Amino acid sequence: MQTQAPIFQLEQVGFQMNQQQILKEVSLTIHAGESIAIIGPSGSGKSTLLKIIGSLLSPTEGVIHYQGQNISEIVATEYRKEVSYFFQNALLFDETVRDNLAFPALIRDESFDEERAIRGLEKVSLDASYLVKSVHDLSGGEKQRIALVRNLMYLPKVLLMDEVTSSLDATNRDIILNYVRQLNTEESLTVLWITHNNDDTQYFDRVLQVKNGVMEELK
Amino acid sequence: MNESLEISNVSLVLSTALIILAVSVDFKEKIGLSKDIIIAALRAVIQLFVIGYVLAYIFQVDNAVLTLVMVAFMIYNASYHAHKNSNGLRHSFRTSLLAIGIGTSLALFILVASGTLDWTPSQIVPITGMISSNSMNTIGVIYRTLRTQFQDRRQQIQEKLALGANAKQASAGILRDSIRIGMTPSISSTKTVGLVSLPGMMSGLMFAGIDPTHAIRYQIVVMFMLVAVAAISSFIASYLSYQSFYNEQLQLTID
Repeated sequence: MQTQAPIFQLEQVGFQMNQQQILKEVSLTIHAGESIAIIGPSGSGKSTLLKIIGSLLSPTEGVIHYQGQNISEIVATEYRKEVSYFFQNALLFDETVRDNLAFPALIRDESFDEERAIRGLEKVSLDASYLVKSVHDLSGGEKQRIALVRNLMYLPKVLLMDEVTSSLDATNRDIILNYVRQLNTEESLTVLWITHNNDDTQYFDRVLQVKNGVMEELK
Repeated sequence: MNESLEISNVSLVLSTALIILAVSVDFKEKIGLSKDIIIAALRAVIQLFVIGYVLAYIFQVDNAVLTLVMVAFMIYNASYHAHKNSNGLRHSFRTSLLAIGIGTSLALFILVASGTLDWTPSQIVPITGMISSNSMNTIGVIYRTLRTQFQDRRQQIQEKLALGANAKQASAGILRDSIRIGMTPSISSTKTVGLVSLPGMMSGLMFAGIDPTHAIRYQIVVMFMLVAVAAISSFIASYLSYQSFYNEQLQLTID
């Protein structure tokens, strides 16, 4: 794996906002199929780093290369279909679960693959009956699991997980963690996972710590 | 009829008692609008006197080109004011000019081509004023709605962008809502016309001694026209404005 060209190369990446340095000179090489946990105190710059990798923010210093190409030169919509960002408290939009799971097909101008959606729901311990449920009738854990299925309707190359299990109980957390680990192992999905739970780090190839905007590799 | 509409200078000065009444309410309640009320009243007096003399001249000359210049002037002014109230929205003058210009031109074309109006200043100028001011107000609502919606639905937009949606796909719900909200005042006033309000156009014609049934026919055309122009202006302003909320990297620019 290590002999391949890296999927990501971050060179001296920094981010400044309102004259405050949130992220300082982050240099990092990530290879396809790696799983990386990112830890650090609240407000240390972890989410900013992940948002920059997900192209939802642009770095104010340095460059990021994705598969050898500067991400600022890649069409954002194409990039984000390959590098998928998952929010801490994901929001389901429109009316039903089906609306949400059909959205990735809609933006690709393709028809909704209901079988694939049901298989996805089953992977996170939900069933086909959820397709017609209103997004307003779901628990926090169910919403987060459905949002994960939405991100994975078309398997991306990279999944960026921003403390996605922080507000969930152990059952929901395990369902999401196990499914993502399975995709990492079986589909070589590259995973970057921000967590506050140090126990989670045992499941990842590498562990990075971000403190006061400075990144350090712990494992 | 004309004698009953005569307002002497003394009567006009005495009518400022109404403005003093408004300022008194403001003063008592400490709202802080006294300065605005006085400036608005002074501006209204100056602008109306100036436009009164200008219109008297234009009506008297009755020249097609001068009428066109007046139409262009009104469209420009409406666009400029919509732009000034856009809170710094990118390209808002160009957007306002296109939305008001296309809406107004299309409505005037239909009205003249159908024979409803003649291309004479006494018919075209008042109608243009009505259309362009209605369009200006509609666009003001659109700009405010877009800004509020992009702020309120920030995370939803971010989620859609993160899934790979383009700006139009991510903004689809907001575009629908802003057009709907922009059109609502015109639809509401059309629903309640005759029940709640007797529009200025119709009242003015009746004042001038026109048969009420003729005045009503005219008003029906005007109401339909205002709904159509609100739809066109809302559509153009929304579709030309939503991209102002994204940067070149397709990231939201609003906090």
